[in-house]
Amino acid sequence: MRSVQALAVAVLSVLTISDVSRAAEPKSGGIFRIYHRDSPGSASIHEGATYSVNIPFMPIFNNLVIFDQHIAQNSASTIRPELAESWAWSGDNKTLTFKLRKDVKWHDGKPFTAADVKCTFDMLMGKSQQKFRQNPRKSWYDQVDEVTTNGDYEASFKLKRPQPALLSLLASGYSPVYPCHVSPAEMRTKPVGTGPFKFVEFKANESIKLTKNPDYFKKGLPYLDGIEFTIIPNRSTAILGFVSGKFDMTFPTEVSIPLLKDVKSQDPTAVCVVEPNNVSTNIIINSTAPPFNNLDIRRALALALDRKAFIQIMFEGQGDIGGTMEPAPDGLWAMPKDMLESIPGYGPDVEKNREEARKLMQKAGYGPDKHLQIKVSTRNIAVYRDPAIILIDQIKSIYIDAELDVVDTAQWFPKIARKDYSLGLNLTGNAVDEPDQSFYENYACGSERNYTNYCNKDIEKLFDQQSEETNLDKRKKLVWEIDKKLQEDVARPIIFHARTGTCWKPYVKNVTIMSNSSYNGYRYEDVWLDK
Amino acid sequence: MFAYIVRRLFLMLVTLFGISVIIFVLLRVVPGNIVDILFDAAGFVDPADKANLERELGLSQPIVIQYLHWIGGLLHGDLGYSYVSEKPALEEILPRIPITARLAGLALLFSASIGIPLGVISAVHQGSKLDYALRVVSLSGLSLPSFWLGLLILMASVSLFGTMPIFNPNPKTWLEALTIYAVPAMAVGFRSAALTMRITRSSMLEILRQDYIRTARAKGASEASVNYHHALKNAVLPVITVIGIEAAFLIGGLIVTETVFNIPGIARFLVEALRWRDYPIVQNLVMFIAVVVVVVNFIVDMLYAAIDPRIRFGD
Repeated sequence: MRSVQALAVAVLSVLTISDVSRAAEPKSGGIFRIYHRDSPGSASIHEGATYSVNIPFMPIFNNLVIFDQHIAQNSASTIRPELAESWAWSGDNKTLTFKLRKDVKWHDGKPFTAADVKCTFDMLMGKSQQKFRQNPRKSWYDQVDEVTTNGDYEASFKLKRPQPALLSLLASGYSPVYPCHVSPAEMRTKPVGTGPFKFVEFKANESIKLTKNPDYFKKGLPYLDGIEFTIIPNRSTAILGFVSGKFDMTFPTEVSIPLLKDVKSQDPTAVCVVEPNNVSTNIIINSTAPPFNNLDIRRALALALDRKAFIQIMFEGQGDIGGTMEPAPDGLWAMPKDMLESIPGYGPDVEKNREEARKLMQKAGYGPDKHLQIKVSTRNIAVYRDPAIILIDQIKSIYIDAELDVVDTAQWFPKIARKDYSLGLNLTGNAVDEPDQSFYENYACGSERNYTNYCNKDIEKLFDQQSEETNLDKRKKLVWEIDKKLQEDVARPIIFHARTGTCWKPYVKNVTIMSNSSYNGYRYEDVWLDK
Repeated sequence: MFAYIVRRLFLMLVTLFGISVIIFVLLRVVPGNIVDILFDAAGFVDPADKANLERELGLSQPIVIQYLHWIGGLLHGDLGYSYVSEKPALEEILPRIPITARLAGLALLFSASIGIPLGVISAVHQGSKLDYALRVVSLSGLSLPSFWLGLLILMASVSLFGTMPIFNPNPKTWLEALTIYAVPAMAVGFRSAALTMRITRSSMLEILRQDYIRTARAKGASEASVNYHHALKNAVLPVITVIGIEAAFLIGGLIVTETVFNIPGIARFLVEALRWRDYPIVQNLVMFIAVVVVVVNFIVDMLYAAIDPRIRFGD
């Protein structure tokens, strides 16, 4: 009898082990259903400035190189070849050469060649006949002098000066290669790529459908038959749809911390992760007009912030305090803690900071009997509005009475461009955890996203210095120095860095949410459904 | 009668012309256009690029020229192109109309088929427990916002049945097809049904006190005949007016309901188009809605004559 029991246990064990191994073996087939938070303006990643475009359309394309889709922290060491077989820097670090794959075809059957690489980056640099309707990341390629080809399968980026960051920028989800033979207008409506999925249809406000590319150059991939995004702007409906099984995954990094609890309580089997998304909530200050043309008042403002309170109220403690660069451990370039805490306003003793702030305000002529009256302007979206209200409450402690001024999205940037604000609450997302992207885009004199027109030529020299530096340790120290100076200059006080959640059903395999960017992890070529 | 119809048709045209001017001007008075929105997320891009795009979309032309261009196209069946999707506006609008029409039709049907009978019952049993219960139901219908009711329905169906009736363009069964329209129609039609019920009730109460009702009863007519043949027929006129007005107001309720139930109809599409300042879509959709409202009003006026022979037009 005992031997029969032992045999049964042995058989069951073998069955269990084989079950586990079968479960780990990727299965082909199935449609991956995700809800989308809004209707993207177009299908063209190069013309988009939101991950609402990246997420659904990144599976259609390939880059020259890409961040490893299964390592959450993007870094130079996680860059993998994609359309390139290999890459090499020249001895003077001014030429980056890619050897390209020869077995790649566009979805319409035409062969992929080095000419497509040249076309794409010439268009991004504004050098081609054809133009994008908008080109938000033109500055990424400011240091690229020209892109040259050598035959059909070699392309080189010739730089004006060394820029080691270029490779990371090329590995972003924002850097797909477009076909020469398809116009930018067609790419906005019917994109053609080389990626694991082909475009089927994009019905505005309704759905985006992709289907498997059977001729994908990575043999055996993708596993999925297709991906369907249903556009559901109403967050409650979308979450209920996920809980009831209408969707396999939520829109990535879109589930707030309180909502995450709801999801887990209604569907305990859901797999949920919370990751930083490299989006900072910050204050933009109009320093060209009174009262914030007074440096003392700007400094007082920075000293008045209780960053922990923001994080506690908005994210139940799940957020991070840092400078411009994403905080550690997920951020690669974060200042060390002691350096961060040495910046005015970042010290742990909030009351002491505020006492100092009140002295500065009194120096500027304000006090308990004479409060400064201002408006805090922000976009009429919850993620902007909510911290603005907390900010208004906090600055009361330094004799500033502020009124909330909510602005329609269409009016937000024109209003800021007109300098028709004194204080604004803003969100800044970074596509790559890379100082070149963050510093040049947001703080360089006259750059695209430098909303406040902050301009400090001395700091700008440091931007170039760090950008050219090839020694990683030296570069990090320069980056910390710059970040510290930006905070001390009250260029754009950073309040906090958010963390957000993503949930999927347990049968969804091989999904990795990136921890230092929300823009790079959506190729989905080896995602599969275990059902 | 003929002269009246011609006059009404002429007035309809004048109304539609007025609406076209108002919507066109209002859209341009509202600050910000599609170019501002497209460029805002990207930051401050070269002003020359912005100006190019404005020129390309015809937004740099004088407003009168833009209006004439739109109206001229409209009269020739050319609705222009959506600024966002870059597809013909007609191609974007047409597939969405049947979806909203089905939803609106079902909501009105629900409103009339529930509101009128319950209003009659409530009036006939005035002061009874049933009357009080029905009045509570109607009051709640008027007080519950349809978005809240919609969410409540979705939450209840997820928690009770583990599924929810959100839109699916290719329903597998007729039951699913019915559910995806009927449930939202009920959510949006509930308020309308409550209003219809209250109007029917008050109108019926007034009619039931008339001398000719007493006469009908004295002549031995059955209660059913008195209530439905003699009273309801005369009480229904204000109810039709209200249903006509509700048909126009329904679009407001549908915006919320289409959003909550994720139905890709014209109401939600209109809001999205407004958000993007997609002028060709907004202008043409508003004109379409205006035409529907004007035509419904015209039909209601014609129905008066058909239902109540005392009403005479013309002369």
